[in-house]
Amino acid sequence: MIAEELSKTAAAEREAQAQFEHRINVCVAASCLSSNSDKIKSALETEVKKKGLEKSCQVRGVGCMRLCSRGPLVSTETQGEDETQPASVLYQNVTPEDAPALVESLKGEPVKALECPTDTPFFKSQVTIVLENSGKIDPERIEEYIAVEGYATLLKALTTMTPAEVIAEISRSGLRGRGGAGYSTGLKWTTVAKANGGSRKYVICNADEGDPGAFMDRSVLESDPHRILEGMALAAYAVGASHGYIYVRAEYPLAIKRLRAAIRQAERNGLLGTNISGTTFSFTVELRLGAGAFVCGEETALIASIEGKRGQPRPRPPYPAESGVWGCPTLINNVETFANIVPIIREGGDWFAGIGTAKSKGTKVFALTGQIHNTGLIEVPMGTPLREIVYEIGGGIPGGKAFKAVQTGGPSGGCIPAQHLDSPVDYESLIQLGSFMGSGGMIIMDETSCMVDVATYFMEFCMSESCGKCVPCRVGTAHMYDLLQKITRGEATMADLDLLLEVCDVVKNTSLCGLGMGAPQPIFSTLRYFRDEYLAHIEAKQCPAGVCKIHEGNEEVIA
Amino acid sequence: MSPTVRVKTLTIDGQAVGAREDQTIMQVARENNIFVPALCAIEGLTPVGACRLCIVEVKGVNKLLPACATRIEEGMEVTTNSERVANYRRTILEMLFSEGNHICSVCVSNGHCELQTLAKKLGMTHVRVPYRSTMRRVDASHERFIADPNRCILCTRCVRVCDEIEGAHTWDVMGRGINSRIITDLSQPWGDSDSCTSCGKCVNVCPTGALFEKGKAVSEMSKRQEFLPYLTLMREGKK
Ligand SMILES: Cc1cc2nc3c(=O)[nH]c(=O)nc-3n(C[C@H](O)[C@H](O)[C@H](O)COP(=O)(O)O)c2cc1C
Ligand code: FES
Repeated sequence: MIAEELSKTAAAEREAQAQFEHRINVCVAASCLSSNSDKIKSALETEVKKKGLEKSCQVRGVGCMRLCSRGPLVSTETQGEDETQPASVLYQNVTPEDAPALVESLKGEPVKALECPTDTPFFKSQVTIVLENSGKIDPERIEEYIAVEGYATLLKALTTMTPAEVIAEISRSGLRGRGGAGYSTGLKWTTVAKANGGSRKYVICNADEGDPGAFMDRSVLESDPHRILEGMALAAYAVGASHGYIYVRAEYPLAIKRLRAAIRQAERNGLLGTNISGTTFSFTVELRLGAGAFVCGEETALIASIEGKRGQPRPRPPYPAESGVWGCPTLINNVETFANIVPIIREGGDWFAGIGTAKSKGTKVFALTGQIHNTGLIEVPMGTPLREIVYEIGGGIPGGKAFKAVQTGGPSGGCIPAQHLDSPVDYESLIQLGSFMGSGGMIIMDETSCMVDVATYFMEFCMSESCGKCVPCRVGTAHMYDLLQKITRGEATMADLDLLLEVCDVVKNTSLCGLGMGAPQPIFSTLRYFRDEYLAHIEAKQCPAGVCKIHEGNEEVIA
Repeated sequence: MSPTVRVKTLTIDGQAVGAREDQTIMQVARENNIFVPALCAIEGLTPVGACRLCIVEVKGVNKLLPACATRIEEGMEVTTNSERVANYRRTILEMLFSEGNHICSVCVSNGHCELQTLAKKLGMTHVRVPYRSTMRRVDASHERFIADPNRCILCTRCVRVCDEIEGAHTWDVMGRGINSRIITDLSQPWGDSDSCTSCGKCVNVCPTGALFEKGKAVSEMSKRQEFLPYLTLMREGKK
């Protein structure tokens, strides 16, 4: 497909959509789907048919509308007579039985009982770049993506920009990797572009997403899969690769299904494959399904897994940029990193660099979960204070409970207490607070959480997800877990705490990969801010939050 | 050695040394009689950087690097035996001792064990972390050899020698984390393995008493590893 054909397809699709006076959008991303949004969609379709409105009202599935805790979500749009912006209403907790009322409402007043206000901070404070199409287009139809200028950026870059210009734009944007460590994306692309690939280079999209509670990447893949393909194609063009892999965990069947469909559609339209848009650039994408091991998100383990080997990390250097999959120079980026590429090339690096803080540019998507009113997917500019996320966007803590900590960064991250709620969310600030940006999990805890218990939970995760290759991580995580358990059972002494810290130090500094290096982090951060809780378990044999089962009177049993 | 390989200079523990650019820190250190402890690395097999005993400090690099798997670079300043690293090494050894059942006095490899030797040499006198007291099944199904996984430190030398040198790939690792263990074929008894050629290379590269010959009593199992560099050399010559 060349640029003219692309704009023709886009125009045709927009015109087809304009035929409909009304549109009903049903969220068909995993969360709403799990509460039967597909049944709502078919009920709505039946109802529209029954009323004979097929010509004027379109029912379609769209991606995640973000406020997952109020799902299933449905929105209706009505084309005004003269307004360009259609009037839109969002509905929450919809059931299939609500279909008649919803269809009826198109002609009159909104269904008050189901209405979900959208003028709230949850929606107002968000800035959507990564999620710009999420909840707005049907992820299973390439035409809808093309209608919102999809693939136009790729074709523009292929015909008017050199690979070096693409990289320069990414460098200028200040984009940093969203997979965890926040490495400069422009710098990584430059390295891979300069690497002497001989015949082949690869681009990999890391969609392993293993952090407990995280679902940002899944949501992007389910809601807007073509954006990832287009971002990867731009990356491939920039670094000189012709083949790509998307490594996605098999536990994401919906994301896989939509990616498969998207790849097929893009290939059929000549937007992936050989000589894209009549240029010399060729790019194919293959899916690789992971079995869900957390460590397979680590880049060298992921590459081993793609090659069909046991998913274990290897020492770096050499970095994948020099020697990656099949020994070839390989660019590996996270899903959300790739999702930022199209807007950056479309709007320019300077535009992107204007959002966020001095060192952390753009927005970050978080999966907001835990003890908070509004759980779901949020996208906020870098530098947004934690307080705003918790109390405004998140709507505060339910049940009149007090906020205790927010956990970011997954198992390599930490817990940030109330006194630091005014800190901005960016890479450096989080590290300073003893936490970590990670991939975007954000778990809110209230006063009913015991911080030793939280640390134990993450340590159990690290222990069972350790690949077992290097000694400190394999054995050390097991010891740390045992020692933490001893504390939560009220059986530990201060000597155990000292030993725990010593093991933490060794594991952090001598482990082979980031899993081991980061594993002690939840202990360090909870000890830093909640040392008194550790001491209460050890010295007073009490769990202040009342979570840990401490068997009092061990002595009595002995006596 | 291909003609394009260049020579570089660096310092290890303050000593200026010359090296080929394709050498690892460990290779260069050993050539210069500088001791770097190792359990997973063995000359002739691909380094994996798993035991972490060979970690060294390199000036300007904020993480510790495994000497066995790190290539030298021009001007590198390597410190192999700082107080900090020595402490880490001892704790790692303690972890290994706590993980399995390493009771030297009843072991066939007593006196010939690399784990035991290193513990003595590095001054590991106590195991402060709790023993995990494993109860793993011993495999005595092979007609000539025995595998006792309770003495295994998962260095994967057996896996690599079987794959890289013998070409049989009988051994592999199963499970994750603390539950990892070495297996033959698809976790079948060693004696039933179709791929095993009974060459005994795995037994000889095993640093502990985890793999040993039948009929050996306590302290009788010494290992012969000289074949390995020789075989590797022969192969390289053929290329
Ligand atoms: C234990 C471990 C797990 C990881 N899991 C993920 C993951 O699930 N997704 C991801 O994108 N990156 C993950 N990473 C980071 C990757 O190794 C890599 O840095 C990242 O994919 C690079 O992409 P970026 O530069 O776009 O962030 C993980 C790292 C470690 C050490
Ligand atoms: S010898 Fe280098 S890590 Fe084991």
